Formats: sequence, C-alpha cells, structure tokens
Amino acid sequence: MAHSTTAAPSGSSQGESRRDFLLIATSAVGAVGTALAVWPFVHSMNPAADTLALSTTEVDLSKVAEGMAITVTWQGKPVFVRHRTADEIKMAEEAPLSDLREPTPDKDRVQKPEWLILVGICTHLGCIPMGQKASDPRGDFGGWFCPCHGSHYDTSGRIRKGPAPLNLVVPKYTFLTDSQIRIG
Amino acid sequence: MSAPAFNNKIIKWIDERIPLFTVLEHSTSSYPTPKNLNYWWNFGSLALFALVIMIMTGIVLAMNYTGHTSMAFDSVERIMRDVNYGWLLRYLHMNGASFFFICVYVHIFRGLYYGSYKAPREILWWLGLLIYLAMMATAFMGYVLPWGQMSFWGATVITNLFSAVPVVGNFIVTWLWGGFAVDNPTLNRFFSLHYLLPFVIFALVFLHLVALHTSKSSNPLGIEPKGPQDTIPFHPYYTIKDLYGVGVFLLVFMGFVFYAPNFFGEPDNYIPANPMVTPPHIVPEWYYLPFYAILRAIPDKLGGVIAMFGAILVLFALPWLDSSKVKSGRFRPVFKWFFWLFLADCFLLGWIGGKPAEGNYIPIGQAATFWYFFHLLVVLPLLGRLEKPLALPASISAPVLKEKA
Ligand code: HEM
Ligand code: FES
Repeated sequence: MAHSTTAAPSGSSQGESRRDFLLIATSAVGAVGTALAVWPFVHSMNPAADTLALSTTEVDLSKVAEGMAITVTWQGKPVFVRHRTADEIKMAEEAPLSDLREPTPDKDRVQKPEWLILVGICTHLGCIPMGQKASDPRGDFGGWFCPCHGSHYDTSGRIRKGPAPLNLVVPKYTFLTDSQIRIG
Repeated sequence: MSAPAFNNKIIKWIDERIPLFTVLEHSTSSYPTPKNLNYWWNFGSLALFALVIMIMTGIVLAMNYTGHTSMAFDSVERIMRDVNYGWLLRYLHMNGASFFFICVYVHIFRGLYYGSYKAPREILWWLGLLIYLAMMATAFMGYVLPWGQMSFWGATVITNLFSAVPVVGNFIVTWLWGGFAVDNPTLNRFFSLHYLLPFVIFALVFLHLVALHTSKSSNPLGIEPKGPQDTIPFHPYYTIKDLYGVGVFLLVFMGFVFYAPNFFGEPDNYIPANPMVTPPHIVPEWYYLPFYAILRAIPDKLGGVIAMFGAILVLFALPWLDSSKVKSGRFRPVFKWFFWLFLADCFLLGWIGGKPAEGNYIPIGQAATFWYFFHLLVVLPLLGRLEKPLALPASISAPVLKEKA
C-alpha cells in the first residue's frame, strides 16, 4: 500500500530524508513560482513603453541674451538654459571644491562656460527652484533658490546650502550648431 | 460563549446556521462596558461614523470623476456645478476627511492620556496605528485626484521622499510614478488605490474591534473592572451615548459643510495643475503638518525622511517606552504635565509645518522636533521609574460609593 510507505511509522531515516527533500523542493519551486507571478504585477507599475520612448528637445540659443535664462520642457520635466555672465562664470569656477556638498568643478558641468544646461528639479523633493526670472530670488550663491524647503544652488547649479543632497542634474545634450542644442 | 435563547423562529433558524445574532448580542446587549467612560470615549465610534461617510460619498463621487490628467480637474468642477447635489457630496467628502482626522487625533490623545496602549491592549494600539497610517496614505492619494496645483506639487514632494532611500531610491520613485514625473500614470494608480484603501481600513477597524472586544474597553480610572458591579451593557447605555455624540458631531460637521466648506482647503488647489510652475509655498493638508515640520527640521534629506517616518513608528513601541504600571494620567501627577506639554508641542509642530522654512521658524521647528522625540524616548521611560503615582481606588465603583457614604 502506498499509504504505508509514506506514513511508515517505524520510519527508515532514508524515507524521512527523501520526504524532507520532496517537501523542501516543492516549497522552493512554489516560492519561486509565486515570486515570478508577483513580478508582472509589480512591473506593470513601471513606466510603459510609450512613456519610455525617448524624446528629445531642441533649443534655439540665439534668443537668450547674456544674463538671461529660459525654461524648456524635456520629457515632461523643466530644463533650465542659462546664458551666464562673466561674473557668474568666475564665481562658479572659483568656488573652492572643499565648500561643496557634491564636489564637481564647474568645467565638468558645462560644454561651453557661458551655457549652463540643467534639469530644473530640486534634488531635495522635486520642486522647481526659482531664479530663472530676473525678479526671482536666487539664493545666497546667485544661482537658484528652492522655496519649498530652502535649498540654495550656485551659478553652476551646485547645492551649497539647505536640505538638497545633490547638485542640479546636467542632462545629456549636444551642440548642433553654435546657437542650437539638442537635449536627450 | 453560550448562545442566547432567541424567541423568534426565523432568527433562531438563521442563528443556528450562521451565528450572526449571537455575535451581535455578545458585542452589544451582553457586552460588559466599564460604567465610568467619559465623552473622550465617544471618538472611536465617531471615527467609524466618519469612515462610513467617506466610503458612501466616495462611491457616488467616483461615478462622476474622471481619472485622467486632461479631464480630472474639469470633472471635479462639473461635480460642483452640474451634478445634482454634487457640491454637497464633494464638500461632505472634503470636510469628512478633516473630521475623520480630528476624531482619530482626539481618539489617539485619549489613548495617550489614559494609557490605553498598555497591557493587555498593545495589539489594539498597533491596529489603531496601522489604521492611522492607512488613513494618511488614503487621504494623500485622494488629495491628488482633483489635479489642482497643490495636488500636483504635494504628490511631487511626497513621492520624492522615497528618493532618499539609498541606492534604489530613484527606482522606487520611478516605479511609484510609472514615468519620470508625476503624470497621468500616477493619477490613474492613485485613483485605483484611493478606492481600495478605505476598504482595507474597514478590515483593520474590524480587527481593531475584535481586539477591543477581547481586551475590553479601558476607562478613565485605568483599573480593570472587578466584576459586574463595575460594568453596564454596551446596549442600550453606550449605543445611546454614542448616538448623542453623532448628533453633536453632525451639528459641527454640517456647520462647516454648509457655511465654511473650504475652511480646511487651500485656494491654490482651485488652480489646475501646472508641472512647470511650483507654487511659492507648498503646504500639505493640515493633518500632516506636524510631520512635515519634522521632515524640514532636519537639514539632511535622508535624515529628514527617517525622522518623519520615525515619528510615527516610535508610537508602536509606546507600550514599552512608558514603563509606568499606572495607566490613567489622572493618577500620575508629573506625567500629566508632560502630557499637556507634549500636546502643545504637537500643535507647535503643526503650526511650524504650515510656515515657510526660513528665519526663526527653522530653530523653533528643530526644538519642537527634539522635544517630540525626547518626550517619547526619554521622558516617558524615566517618569515610569521616578514618578510616585497617587493611590488607585479599590475599584471603579469604590470612589463613587465612598462619596455617597
Ligand atoms: C478609522 C479609525 C478608527 C476607528 C473607526 C476606531 C474605532 C474604535 C472604537 C469604536 C473603539 C471603542 C470606543 C472607544 O474606546 O473610543 C476604539 C478603541 C480604541 N482605539 Fe480605535 N479606532 C480608530 C483608530 C484608532 C487609532 C488611530 C488608534 C491609535 C493609534 C486607536 C486606538 C484605540 C485604542 C487604544 C482603543 C481602546 C481604548 C480604550 O478602551 O481605552 N484607534 N477604536
Ligand atoms: S524640494 Fe527644493 S528644497 Fe525641498
């Protein structure tokens, strides 16, 4: 009888370890199977293919006079394009790296010193920092000021003061001509 | 649990097959409740009443709401202007959320004063805290649905909290958004979850009540009933007292609904969401303000997020942090003062949370945050050891009988 073998009361240690093995193997397969079944539910919440489809944005720089800044949209996010003045460049280049929270020299954040291109999203909790308009507050370091929780960015978009942990992100971009860039 | 004898044949027939009436009778007419409960004990049933209002109004609102970024704002305006009684249903739901939180906050502070979280009610307390967490999540996602400026920027700031998690933070945020910014996929899933969570809360409230009916209600004296002379049946005595509370609640609640429906709201949320313009001053709904203040008190992103979640999580350890054997604050002369100080500190945090993060508000917020944790982690454990409580009465009935004699 099959029954007597599985329930063998006298229990050869051989039979027990075989049953242990079956139990562990079945549970393991079951656990992996369940985990695999959960993944489609989790992954369905990640960005869909159409959301992922990369878009690029082209910007005409000729209309941005020195000292001015414009905001463009790229993948639903604001991107700051700032035509820096000589003073602003000098401030950015001369800031000692030891004063920076995320120490990156200004030259690694620009392709041409007069053009600073940044994703305009505060690295703290995602507000759009102020400083694009001439009338905006620009914080203690002449760059941008995030009103949400008080983060100050310098003229290179680097975090100098406040709760944000990182510098404003420099997106990937290329100069198509001297006065035109493509972001993305 | 002996089954009561039912005279009605139909009731008897049903009860033998599914003991609905037995359960009902055990949790009402024959449920022994301490006879000295004061009005602070009304707020549990009021919270439940508020939850029912939220679910009822929510279901009919969902019939006219559209969960799409291009239509959400207008569909809410249509509810306000064109749908029959739409303005009433929406204002009931909007103000209902605030009143739900008011009831639960009173309910929680009742527990803090009378030591309701102490043995044998620790799990009852935990279930309450889980309800509270689920409420916060539900209200947060609900506030996103009208897709106004505060909806959008509140959602952006709060979901970005998760980017503070080391290594995987950004993946989590992208996953929450279903994209690279708060957008239509985010709105859609929030609608789905906002519909789901209240029913999760309902299930948790059910467990909360199962735990309550196992450990029984505590009472203002904080001593357990010594026998039938200390209790009265829940029904009709407390059903009628709870109903009286519902009457008073409705008076105040409907006063706001009819005469000040936007009192708790933010005018900016009547401006359609604009992902390119952050409002100069982002404030969450009032019931989050103390935690928002704690978040901003710490000048470090991860630290702020940990402190904020920690502020709620430490409450789970409260039954062990408060080491005093005496439950009720009434018999704890020193604790009593610290309780009121703590309450004042929470109000202070709430006030700071609504102010911009600048000037004097920053050090005040930091001091208030410090006190919040200091009270729970240092003052309470020390008080349990150092304080000399007053003598407890022999029983719930004893003090009353003595007065009469
Ligand atoms: C949807 C929210 C809630 C509902 C509907 C609810 C409902 C109730 C009801 C009806 C009672 C009995 C009546 C009373 O003692 O007031 C009760 C007791 C209790 N609740 Fe809640 N509750 C909720 C949330 C909470 C929360 C957030 C906490 C704590 C964090 C909590 C902690 C307690 C405790 C400790 C008791 C026992 C109190 C005692 O008898 O001393 N509850 N709850
Ligand atoms: S989002 Fe910019 S400081 Fe918090």
